[in-house]
Amino acid sequence: MSKELKAVRRTDITRRQWIWKEMKKNKVAYVMVAPYMIVFTLFTVLPVVLSAVISFTDFNMLQWPHFVGVSNYISLFFDDDIFLIAVKNTFIFAAIVGPASYLLSFLVAWFINELPPKVRALVTLIFYAPSISGQVYLIWATLFSSDAYGWANAMLIELGVIVKPIAFFQNAKYVMPLCIIVALWTSLGTAFLSFIAGLQGVDKSLYEAGAVDGVKNRWQELYYITLPSMGPQLMFGAIMSITGSFGFGGIVTALCGFPSVDYAAHTIVHHLEDYANQRYEIGYSSAIAVILFLIMIGANMLVKNIIAKLGR
Amino acid sequence: MAKMRTRNHRVVLSRSAGGDAGITVIMVILGAFMFLPMLYTLMQSLKPLDELWMYPPRFFVLKPTFRNFKDLFSLMNTSWVPFSRYIFNTVFTTIAGTFGHLLIASMCAYALAKIKFPGGRFMFKTIQTSLMFHATVTTVTSFILMSAFKMIDTYWAIIIPAWGSTLGLYLMKQFMDTNVADAILESARLDGANEFRTFWTIAMPMVKPAWLTLIIYSFQGLWNAGASIYIYSEQLKSFNYAIGQITAGGIRRAGASAASTVLMMAVPIIVFVISQSNIIETMGSSGMKD
Repeated sequence: MSKELKAVRRTDITRRQWIWKEMKKNKVAYVMVAPYMIVFTLFTVLPVVLSAVISFTDFNMLQWPHFVGVSNYISLFFDDDIFLIAVKNTFIFAAIVGPASYLLSFLVAWFINELPPKVRALVTLIFYAPSISGQVYLIWATLFSSDAYGWANAMLIELGVIVKPIAFFQNAKYVMPLCIIVALWTSLGTAFLSFIAGLQGVDKSLYEAGAVDGVKNRWQELYYITLPSMGPQLMFGAIMSITGSFGFGGIVTALCGFPSVDYAAHTIVHHLEDYANQRYEIGYSSAIAVILFLIMIGANMLVKNIIAKLGR
Repeated sequence: MAKMRTRNHRVVLSRSAGGDAGITVIMVILGAFMFLPMLYTLMQSLKPLDELWMYPPRFFVLKPTFRNFKDLFSLMNTSWVPFSRYIFNTVFTTIAGTFGHLLIASMCAYALAKIKFPGGRFMFKTIQTSLMFHATVTTVTSFILMSAFKMIDTYWAIIIPAWGSTLGLYLMKQFMDTNVADAILESARLDGANEFRTFWTIAMPMVKPAWLTLIIYSFQGLWNAGASIYIYSEQLKSFNYAIGQITAGGIRRAGASAASTVLMMAVPIIVFVISQSNIIETMGSSGMKD
């Protein structure tokens, strides 16, 4: 047998040569991913990288930026009281809305799992609709409007609790809880649909085996069969809920105006928009964006690890 | 004793009556919390002006009228940029954004799911990680990049970022992983079909629910897009933005405003009703394995 015909084995070549060979063999794969990966890189990856770079400068859209080291970050944490309020509010908001919307999505999906398909579809629609209906959340501004034509005020007056109408969205005491309620109302989105599908996908024979093996009630069934079979969905849903819980700035602005009264519902997103769109302090706002990015990734990683541990 | 009863299962599972009752009560309360504001939105749009400003406010409309919708359409006719232009803008960006996204994201998802090549795993990991942060983080620097590409104040500023939507790619890739059998692709390759052909004629017809889902998600995002910081020209702005502007006129326009909310929410809801079973099917493979 001549030497040329001998097949190349993985061990005959270095790792680099092997990768190069694989790359050449799969040229077509690179052609296929190229259009999407280019758009993804330009409008998702590059903006993050660019934010990190700009956050170390004093860029303001007019003058050539200067390198200023970490001074933007230092100002944020030591000179900017409003930023600290925004961080606090963001954490309160995310810590309530994230887990609550996650639990709500799962519980509702689980409760409706055994309903007949047509009824289930209807209930799914009722719970999912607020999250896709654009600015329908403005109805809460009507329900809680500052005059007596709003439901909340009219009812409280009728019941004799108050004499004068309360300006709910202009009152520092009420803005945060109200915004949290409205955010929750619109939060049964992708995670919810994922749970519904995941529950439908659990192998029915497991339930039957469970019933034979002495699973006594639905709670045991949930704990011993349903949850362990849904690990991947629970993970995906968590990421959707957490990421979503940081993105409710638009709702707050629409309901309470900008800035919200006494900064009571001022979040990092608002602080970012304030410095970027109103003051054009791009360097400073990039530092805010980097911090927000790190908080989101950190929160997601943390929860991901917790869920992965529970699954084991 | 726990009551035994059959539901969807062949074997009798135990479900206590107390549990059923408790769950029903919770569901009714939660359902009311979700549904009543939606219903109230609809009621408001059907109320004549004197009922909108009635004390104490009534939930149900007494004399339903389509007056508010008529007012809305006549207000549309008074805007200085013809309303058909705003509708065209939204329709055009939605179609271009959605189909571009469907095409390039599906092709990329196919390669990531069904071809093993160096870097593929890393690319998917990066895309998966990007699900973990909200797009608000990147608005400022996207603006800078778009000005560099001369995309500001053009349709491209809306369309091209829509092509790169990460959730769509993620769902498509996961769906292909579970629903396109390698064996079928392999036999097509042996018959001499190249990867593009295999992707287009074999894989794509097998993932119809997923591409419907991608279309719906992309559509929802673009339909609900309001004012964009990337667009200044009035003639390029979206339908959603324009409708918000004309109904922002305070008390006198409260009726038209309620009608516009109903109009804006009706479209995504109808689309979801039609496509629900496909979306749920797609979500069946949405789980994140690691």
